[in-house]
Amino acid sequence: MSLAVNDLKVYYRTLAGDVQALDGVTFSVADGEIMGLAGESGCGKSTLGKSLIRFDTRMRYVSGHVELDGAELPVWDSEAMNPFRFKQVSLIPQYAMSALNPTRKIGRMTKELLRSRGMGSNGAMSELSRRLELVGLSDDVLDMYPIELSGGMKQRTVMVISTLLDPSLLIADEITSALDVSTQKAVAETLVGFRDRGFVKSMIVITHDLSILHQIADSILVMYAGQLAEKAPTETIVNSPRHPYTRLLISSLPEVGVRYAEKKLAGIAGRPPPLLHPPRGCRFAARCPLAAAMCAQEPPFKEVEPGHLVACWKADGC
Amino acid sequence: MLKLEGISKVYKVGAFGGAALPAVRDVSFEVAPGEVVSLIGESGSGKTTIGRMILRLSPITEGKIIFNGVDISTLRRRKLKGYYRHVQGVFQDPFSSYNPIFKADHIFATIKDAFFPGVSGHEWQHRLDASLEAVGLNPAEVLGKFPHQLSGGQLQRLLVARALLLEIEILVADEIISMLDASTRIDVLNLLADLKERGLGIVFITHDLSLGNYISDKTVILRHGAIVEMGATERVFGDPRHPYTRMLLASVPQLHAKWAEIEPEPDLPEAEQGETPRLVEIGDDHYVASI
Repeated sequence: MSLAVNDLKVYYRTLAGDVQALDGVTFSVADGEIMGLAGESGCGKSTLGKSLIRFDTRMRYVSGHVELDGAELPVWDSEAMNPFRFKQVSLIPQYAMSALNPTRKIGRMTKELLRSRGMGSNGAMSELSRRLELVGLSDDVLDMYPIELSGGMKQRTVMVISTLLDPSLLIADEITSALDVSTQKAVAETLVGFRDRGFVKSMIVITHDLSILHQIADSILVMYAGQLAEKAPTETIVNSPRHPYTRLLISSLPEVGVRYAEKKLAGIAGRPPPLLHPPRGCRFAARCPLAAAMCAQEPPFKEVEPGHLVACWKADGC
Repeated sequence: MLKLEGISKVYKVGAFGGAALPAVRDVSFEVAPGEVVSLIGESGSGKTTIGRMILRLSPITEGKIIFNGVDISTLRRRKLKGYYRHVQGVFQDPFSSYNPIFKADHIFATIKDAFFPGVSGHEWQHRLDASLEAVGLNPAEVLGKFPHQLSGGQLQRLLVARALLLEIEILVADEIISMLDASTRIDVLNLLADLKERGLGIVFITHDLSLGNYISDKTVILRHGAIVEMGATERVFGDPRHPYTRMLLASVPQLHAKWAEIEPEPDLPEAEQGETPRLVEIGDDHYVASI
């Protein structure tokens, strides 16, 4: 078990009160697993990613435990997390363009980064060139400023730098959203390549695009309004989802081959609930076509078949 | 109704504008009433530039855009305003399309001041309600709110409602659903399809092939500013002839097929910069650039 998260709660401090962005999340990621994390904007997926590596100033740890390779990650303590960051847990941010220091050449920036972690740069730098080559970039990149690289090249450079120290867990936050389809494919396949070569042990890929996850993820975790809705192996989520939210989400995806004239798709009516004062019971009930009286109680996130967990009272019956 | 005749756009770049960067090269197509034309391409393909030229937001370097028989590139003042009565655009980011200081319905007030100063308040409210209803919004839910209180899908629909207040014939929709969530995306897309059935011509600009395929009648695939393939949507998607189109289609992530199962396309030769590929008609309403 590479990563185990147990009942993690992280709230955002605002003037109006606490926004319950992450409200009791429990899951685990196995060694060598690529777990996709999907959901609408504001469902807490990025908060989950961030809370595993670095809280921003508005985030407040409430409760829960995170274990990585058997050791507890002190996520609530930014100082104590320092030895873990980059070496054990690494992040590829959404905007690779703004993750690179514009005033440094790539090579110098990486050396500074390694020094800040107390590492010599000799061995790591030759490893860096080798890995850049693997993703189709030449050594010349090291002598360039970020502005000289295209979006896809920057994204790949950041991917290589973040995984340089072979972290145990890699969090990729919406890294394909801003890219063209052909670059998107290359970047997604690079992620899988990193896992296959053992550069990273396990991975959490955060995206709103279920079809990308279908291509690369081993399992998919669907979040809704700060809580977990469904977790299952990728094929199960795509072909036989149990949670009504997952079903609606999948049926609203236009695919190549589906045409308005032949098959009219429908979206999900309504909006996610405000997380400042979330509703009691099932948070999806207000938009759910199956909602019934029992949905006023919060459904447990329980296993309906091996490896398939659903938070819905009606997960068995429909 | 709207006809583009061999339009090109060259940006001057470099310190003194010495270097020329062709963004759009010899593009021609037509939009008929009740027709959705998708412009599909990756970044740098010139799709947004074409939209901006139709909206007269950037001047055309060469070629003509004809709207109902009038060349729009020379329109000035009152005539240009008349053009905007019929042709409007909606853009990608709903949050930056609004002034956060004003309430979201301020966009309707500006339309009234500019185009309908004589209309009475009562009559205007009537039209506004009809327009909001057409885009599937409840006036009580959206009027009097600030942009940050509304969702991205609501904001985009408000912008479409604003366009509908005019006697609009062409809507340029530039990536209008790229920033929306999957669950609301399809609603805005269905809204465009409804409007098309009422006779509106839509130029739908996107990088997402599945969205273009879902709604459009005609598809134009662009690469480096030039058309590589164009024709009826079912022909371009059903029988793609240009290797670039095939490569794009093979890269789209899908739920019913994995990348590994799709035959990879051989690498494309980079298009030479100088020459514009010539379009050849290979079938009924299906044009492909010669390779």
